[in-house]
Amino acid sequence: MRSPLIPEMATQEVQLNETLAHLKTESETLKTKLEEERAKLHDVELHQVAEKVEGLGQFVMKTRRTLKGHGNKVLCMDWCKDKRRIVSSSQDGKVIVWDAFTTNKEHAVTMPCTWVMACAYAPSGCAVACGGLDNKCSVYPLSLDKNENLAAKKKSVAMHTNYLSACSFTNSDMQILTSSGDGTCALWDVESGQLLQSFHGHAADVLCLDLAPSETGNTFVSGGCDKKANVWDMRSGQCIQSFETHESDINSVRYYPSGDAFASGSDDATCRLYDLRADREVAIYSKESIIFGVSSVDFSLSGRLLFGGYNDYTINVWDVLKGTRVSILFGHENRVSTLRVSPDGTAFCTGSWDHTLRIWA
Amino acid sequence: MLIYTTPPKTNRIREARFECSCSKTAMSSKTQSSSSMAQARRTVQQLRIEASIERVSKASSDLMRYCGEHAKNDPLLMGIPASENPFKDKKPCTVL
Repeated sequence: MRSPLIPEMATQEVQLNETLAHLKTESETLKTKLEEERAKLHDVELHQVAEKVEGLGQFVMKTRRTLKGHGNKVLCMDWCKDKRRIVSSSQDGKVIVWDAFTTNKEHAVTMPCTWVMACAYAPSGCAVACGGLDNKCSVYPLSLDKNENLAAKKKSVAMHTNYLSACSFTNSDMQILTSSGDGTCALWDVESGQLLQSFHGHAADVLCLDLAPSETGNTFVSGGCDKKANVWDMRSGQCIQSFETHESDINSVRYYPSGDAFASGSDDATCRLYDLRADREVAIYSKESIIFGVSSVDFSLSGRLLFGGYNDYTINVWDVLKGTRVSILFGHENRVSTLRVSPDGTAFCTGSWDHTLRIWA
Repeated sequence: MLIYTTPPKTNRIREARFECSCSKTAMSSKTQSSSSMAQARRTVQQLRIEASIERVSKASSDLMRYCGEHAKNDPLLMGIPASENPFKDKKPCTVL
């Protein structure tokens, strides 16, 4: 008869515990090593390196167009690649496509839910995606026939278990990246609605995302209520870098034009710049007089200017290299909720809780 | 006085990692060690990836250089004449 199994199980138990202890030690060692590596680069604060760079002069930027038509707070907007069309979404459930040159409304869709927090233009300009409290992201092909009912051609693509906070097409009309209050991001195939990849790692609602410029490869950054900004590999679903220096929810993330860095805007009233190759925060854009949260950020074409839309109704323009504010813009009568620079950099658009959108140049 | 409702941000997920969500009560001690080991393995793997990312000490200089190289093509930075910017009015307004 075989000897009893119990001693064997005891040996296995011991081995498991040893491996566990070994892994824990390695984990601690790696953490310490990471801290040391990060500390070595402490002397490269961006504004110190940029001391000799010429300062910027006065900026005159004004509202050039006001887009009126939404019945409630504007929550999100996106530019079409043609540099003139804009899609915007609102708390009233409406999604409107505008010609920003003429301020004419070209299309309007009524969503079956309120708080449409996310909208995006397809790269081809032939469709828009949107979603919000319905927990979905739907794609509407834009018809040339103004009388056609767009809602009839609606395609439900993404399904989350909580609200949709942001969406973006990838390089084609075929795939959409979404972020949600359920704490995850996901990549979907538009045609089939199939989930291609999911991204887990945030400990709370994910509020924003931005895709890396196409030259830099398949990554994107997301920001959440857990104060973390995570950089993800789209193919593997892995979180490859994580940054946690903000003191509150991160409402907006945007890649620097070269793809080597990204900016974030947070409820802690600061914008920050994180360099991906140095793996650390390299600049913080704040003033004691600014106490309201930042809802959205975007860079000018060269990356020298950072525009931030704030909850105190203003837009602050920052010199990215020197860390100083170069301009403050007034005009909206309520929170600025969304801000995007046009594809050719000639203007930027803001959306606000005052129900309007403004084009600034 | 108007009271604005804020966008929903109240839902917080309790567990930091989704792999921890297995029910702890129904497991034997052996299964418990395995799942915490799986978790430890994932943490170590994550840290290995992060530690292996190449550090660039001149990262800030690169950002500066990019700004310098592209500054002249940045309309919002340089300011472009009204005739070239479709959003700026081409003629001053006159009262007729």
